[in-house]
Parts: sequence; structure tokens; C-alpha cells
Amino acid sequence: MAQTHDAYYVPHGSHWPIVGSLGLFSTAIGAANWMNGGSGLTTSPLFFLGLAIIAFMMFGWFGTVIRESVAGNYNKQVDVSFRMGMMWFIFSEVMFFGAFFGALFYARMFSVPWIGGEGHGALTNYYLWQDYMPSWPTNGPGNIGGNFETIPAWHLPLVNTLLLLSSGVTITFAHHALRAGYRRALLVWLAATIALGAAFLYFQATEYMEAYHQLNLTLGSGIYGSTFFMLTGFHGAHVTLGTIMLTVMWFRCAKGHFTKDNHFGFEAVAWYWHFVDVVWLGLFVFVYVL
Amino acid sequence: MAHAAVHDTHDTHDHKPQGFLHRWLFTTNHKDIGTLYLVFALVMFFTGGSMAMIIRAELFEPGMQLVQPEFFNQMTTIHALIMIFGAVMPAFVGLGNWMIPMQIGAPDMALPRMNNWSFWILPFAFLLLLSTLFMPGAGPQGGWTLYPPLSLQGGNSIAFVILAIHMMGISSIMGAINIIATILNMRAPGMDLLKMPIFSWSWLITAFLLIAVMPVLAGAVTMLLTDKYFGTSFFNAAGGGDPVMFQHIFWFFGHPEVYIMILPAFGIVSEIIPTFSRKPLFGYQAMVYALASIAFLSFIVWAHHMFTVGMPLGGEIYFMYATMLIAIPTGVKVFNWVTTMWEGSLTFETPMLFAIAFVILFTIGGFSGLMLAIVPADFQYQDTYFVVAHFHYVLVTGAIFAIMAAAYYWLPKWSGNMYSERWGKIHFWMSVISVNVLFFPQHFLGLAGMPRRIPDYNIAFADFNMISSIGGFWFGASQLLFVGVIVHAVFFSKNRATMQVWEGARGLEWTVPSPAPYHTFSVPPVIDDSMLAHGDVTH
Repeated sequence: MAQTHDAYYVPHGSHWPIVGSLGLFSTAIGAANWMNGGSGLTTSPLFFLGLAIIAFMMFGWFGTVIRESVAGNYNKQVDVSFRMGMMWFIFSEVMFFGAFFGALFYARMFSVPWIGGEGHGALTNYYLWQDYMPSWPTNGPGNIGGNFETIPAWHLPLVNTLLLLSSGVTITFAHHALRAGYRRALLVWLAATIALGAAFLYFQATEYMEAYHQLNLTLGSGIYGSTFFMLTGFHGAHVTLGTIMLTVMWFRCAKGHFTKDNHFGFEAVAWYWHFVDVVWLGLFVFVYVL
Repeated sequence: MAHAAVHDTHDTHDHKPQGFLHRWLFTTNHKDIGTLYLVFALVMFFTGGSMAMIIRAELFEPGMQLVQPEFFNQMTTIHALIMIFGAVMPAFVGLGNWMIPMQIGAPDMALPRMNNWSFWILPFAFLLLLSTLFMPGAGPQGGWTLYPPLSLQGGNSIAFVILAIHMMGISSIMGAINIIATILNMRAPGMDLLKMPIFSWSWLITAFLLIAVMPVLAGAVTMLLTDKYFGTSFFNAAGGGDPVMFQHIFWFFGHPEVYIMILPAFGIVSEIIPTFSRKPLFGYQAMVYALASIAFLSFIVWAHHMFTVGMPLGGEIYFMYATMLIAIPTGVKVFNWVTTMWEGSLTFETPMLFAIAFVILFTIGGFSGLMLAIVPADFQYQDTYFVVAHFHYVLVTGAIFAIMAAAYYWLPKWSGNMYSERWGKIHFWMSVISVNVLFFPQHFLGLAGMPRRIPDYNIAFADFNMISSIGGFWFGASQLLFVGVIVHAVFFSKNRATMQVWEGARGLEWTVPSPAPYHTFSVPPVIDDSMLAHGDVTH
């Protein structure tokens, strides 16, 4: 690092972006055909091929970056650019969740009371849904998806909250171990974080099974089911991704890719993990408790 | 902030890569990627433009003559999507790619490979979007805003459109992240933020808008997708949802989006007017603060797009006054452009002509925007040609004129050759006259009650529609001149550009040769305050 510190670093060209574009393109075509109920190679096979291409691209692209980083090609300025990139990527993810939280708040604050006749919704209610008593949770005046029950907040969701909060602590311990140069402690704490993430996902899957099989709470259960499963589902997808990233970091730590002062890959994943943690707190409060 | 002392590009890649495919597909060079963006935007401009020609041809006379109503609706829908996401936004990103590193003294963008991906997603996204035109169930017909339930009642194409929008969003977010990282991290030593050229400033603020709202659009269209295919009830009142909720989420994206399409134009015009007035920009800091204020206000005015949808009165009044507030920082900008020209020693080269036309015509678009902001009046104007006239004044004579001004202004720096001033001026005068013939009568049509997105109309609207269509064909044909001037300048012009290009031009980009070398700054540029475009910065 030291010898290149004062130079601009411009990476050489790369074929990975175009590979990634082809992957996205295949995924999109496959997904659209699949959703439209088509059959044949251009539906789910193309979708999974696209995902495989994207995974291949990520291995290749990250691999290139890791090799360049380990070879000491990067300087402080590149490091700061990476940090800003990750930071603003996470911010964009926050805004993505914001759209779904917005939908939840809008439904609870406005659309459900209006359907129930509040404010300027009085006539709508009178002519269309006189019998509808607005409440939350609801699947609307059409009783879309049939009667359902909700997941009690203080059982599995509470356990999951404790799991994710503890994982935030363990990854911080791992980070401290990394900065102190204790690789063994680092690996143990990181493994603990991965285990906590995996446990969270296991319980979340259990909860979904219970919702579908015992509570009749599905994605099709009106606005409650929509907001519940889309919010927790996208969060779960992010936890899955985060757990995969943590696992990659575990192997990179085991291989000794990181030094006390230079371990941005690890930090980026830690930021991401804290981000899914915070989103979960929002979910716990606004989806489960309130 | 810009802490890296720069000495050299110690890299093995000082030279242009060999081989056509290798260079353009794998490139990490901001100039190559900027060129790709600009060429792509031009191709999309003509693609979307031909759809506009079909629209104007059908509307030439009352009655149905050329196309089926379904096809007409596809034209209005896809014309908008292409012009917004395929022409205007990529053109601005292309200009940003070319100019931001040169203006702030950086060797390239902060994340060059991601920059490549940002671009190379786009051709695939638009292939996906355009392919819907040829599908059995036809393309999207519900308007670019994709309002449910209408947008979900069409054919299979909506899934392709939504996934294409997701791809465009990924591209935009990565592009915006790159621009923020570049401006905050790659400025040459001494290039303080408040010394930065105003075009770079406008892009910094635009990039924040993009990162904040493109994910919200992604969320909105994802909800559409699950409502159509996975049984959710976000926009279904029977399930407790609300179609109006889509409009709120969509316009939370959509209103900042319209500023995404105009703030870089403000930046461009703020570069060009000082150059050809041979004066520093009047009120540089006020211009920066006005940009920031407009960006902030853009987040809290979205519902003025939906006054007639049935909102509580308090909401209507709040959104009306909040919207009118935007006139204040915008007024500051217009005032400062005019004051920059005041007592300047003006010359009227093509970029300056486009910039002056921008100031006048964009202001007309702004005024019709103020009329639309008045709730009771909007009940009359909503969904009429008045709205169409309004947003085409801000987008065509606003954003597109600024992009053309930028193309003429910086083309000599990019290509090393001067364009033909004579043909540039012919292009300008043809464009500026025809665009007013095209869009000005649409104000009258709208005030008289002609609805938008309708292939047939009352015979009372015949005359103005015919005038508008003639203006449309004239404007469309005039843009062929633009291509001609560019092709001539890049490939055939013998008139070599100097380093300075324009007598009154200030800024780092004018200190490097024309054409700019493949890697602009291999040694740190010396930031000489007198060379910056805004010499009134005193600190």
C-alpha cells in the first residue's frame, strides 16, 4: 500500500459488468415469462440461469477486487471510495424499505379508516361497504384471503429480536478481535454471528410455516398479509444475503486476507448487518407489536 | 477532504485499450463511458421522438386515421418512459461522466468498473422495455405513471416493464453513488466544495435525489408486481389497500425525479451563461443554496400531481403552498442568470443561444407550473393538454435544450474539433421556433378542455392540433441537423479547437488540451482561483 499511496488508482477494464448485465437480463426475462405462466426454457430455467450468471459475476468481480487489494494495489483514496459506495448503497436500501413502511403507515393511518367511513371516505363507505368496521389487522371489507390470525409479537418475534440484537454485539466483538489481531477470537465471534443469523432465519421460516398452515395468514390476506409478508420477506432476504456475506468474510478471515488496519470488506459486511438489525427493530415495533 | 496527493497514474493502463469490443464493453474510462451514455441517449431520443411523431400524426386531424387506440396508448406510455429514463437521464449522466472528473481535477470516476456496469445495464433494460411492443398482448398502455388498477388490467407486458424499470433503477443508483463518491472523494487538493464548478454541484445534489427516490420507485413497482401476480392487496380497496396509495408512493419518487431531470440543466446553463457573458456567475453561493433548497422542497410537494384524486382539504392546501415555495429558489436562479448577463460583453454562439432560450422558455414552463399548483385551477387543468404543454416546456425547452447547449459547449473539448457555427445556429433557430409552434398551442387546447392521452378529439380543437403537429414534425426534422452537426464536427471538421475553446470560459476543463487526453489529470492540477468560473468567491 505504502508505495502506491500517493498515486491515483484507476482499475483496468473488466468483463464482469457486461456479464452481470447479461445475468440481469436473463433473470428479468425468465422471471417475467415465469410469472406470466409461460412454459419452456425461457421461464424458470432462464431465471435460474440468470441468477447463476449473477452469482458467477459476483465471484469473479469480487475475486478480482480481492486479489488487487491483497496485492496492495489500492490506496487510501480507493478505500474511501469503497466506503462511500457501501454507505450510500445502504442508504438506498433504507429508502427501499421506506417505501414498504410508507405503505404500511398509509394503510393504517389513512386507507383503512377511510374505507371505514372516516373523513371524506364517508360516502364510499355508505355506498360500498356499510358493514365494514375498520380495525387493524384487517384484510379489508372484501375479507380477502379469508379470516386469519396474526403472529403474537412476544413469542418467536421477540426471540428473533434478541437473536439479531445479540448478533450485532457478537459482530462488534469480532471486529474488536480483528483490530486487536486475535484471529482465533475473530473467527469464533464471526461464527457466532453467522449462527445467530441462521437461527433467526430458521425461526422466521418456522413462523411463516405457522402463519400459512395454522393461522391462515398469507401473502393474500388483504393489506395486512401484503405488508406483513413483503416487509418481513424483504427483510428476511436481506438477512439471508447478510449471512452469506458473513460466511464469505469468515473464510476470508480464515485465509488471512485482512490486517488490523485494512479490512474494509469486513467492515462493509458489519455495516450491512447493523442495517438489517435496525430494519428489524422497525419491523418488530410497527409490524408485530403495534 | 481531497487528501490524496496526486503524482502519477501508476497503472499499467495509461493507454487506450486496443480492439473495439474490448474498449467499449470493458472500459473503465469516464470519457468512454460518458460517450457511450451520450450516444445511447441520442439513439433513445430519436426512438422516443419517432413515437412522438406517430402521436402528432394521429392528432393531426380529428378522427381516427393512422393507428389503433391501443397502439396510440402504447406510444404515449413508452414515449414517456424512453424520454425520461432513456434520453434525458442518460444524457445528463453522460455529461456528468465526461465533465465532473475534468472539472474537479480527478483522474476518473471514483468507482470506474461500477461506472461501466451502470451504463451497460441500460441497453438491456430498454431492449426489455421495447420488446413489449412486439408481444402478443402488446406493450403497456396505462401511461408511464403505471397507475393501478388500469396498469394491472393490461396484458403480460407489465411484468417486463416493471423488471425493465428495476434495471434502470439499479443503473441510476449505481451511477448516483459513483458521482457522490467522485465529488466527495476525488477532488484535487484546493478544490473546495464552494469553489467547485456549478455543474458539478448540480450533479452532486441530483445524485442525492436519485439515491433517495429510485429505491422508492422500485418499491412502488414491486408492489404493482405482487398485486398482479402474487395476490397482494396494496392497491386493492377490497383488501384494505388503496389505489391512491400507489400515486403517493409513485410521486414521492416522481416529483424529485422531475428535479433530477432539471437540476443538471441548471448547472449547465450556469456554466454557459458566464462564459459568453465574460463575467463570473452572479451569486455563485446563492445558486448553490438555491439548488439545495429546490432539492429539499422536491421531497415535500409530491401530491400536487394528484389534487383531483380526493385528498383531505388540509392536504390540498399544504401541497399547494409547499409547491409555490419552489418558485422562490427557482426565481433566485433565473434572476442570477439574467444578472450574470447584465452589462456583460455578450456573444451569441450556439451554446449561448440555447442557454438563453432555456432561461426564457423554462421560465414559461415554470409559470404554467405555478398555475397548475393552484388547487382550484388545477381541477380544471388536470389531465388536459395544458399539463402536456407545461411539462414539455420544462423538459424539452428546459432539459433537452440544456443538454444540446452542453453538447455544443463541450463538443470541441471532447472531439478536438469545432462544430459548424453556421449549422449550429440554423439548428438552434429551427428548434426554438418549431418547439414553440409545437407546444405553445397546447396551452390553449388544454385550457379549452382537450384531455391528454386521447387519440381522437372534438372538432373544436382541430386548428391548434394541426398547428401543433406541424411544429412537431418540424422540430423532429430539425433534430436531424443536430446529428449532422455532431457527426461533421467529430469526424470531418478541419477546424481544430484550441485548449481554451471559448474566450470567456473558466474552469479546469479548459486548461487541458482539446481533445482532452484519455487520462486527464496524471499530475495534480493547480487550483488557480482566477481560472474558476465563479471568481466572486472571496474566501
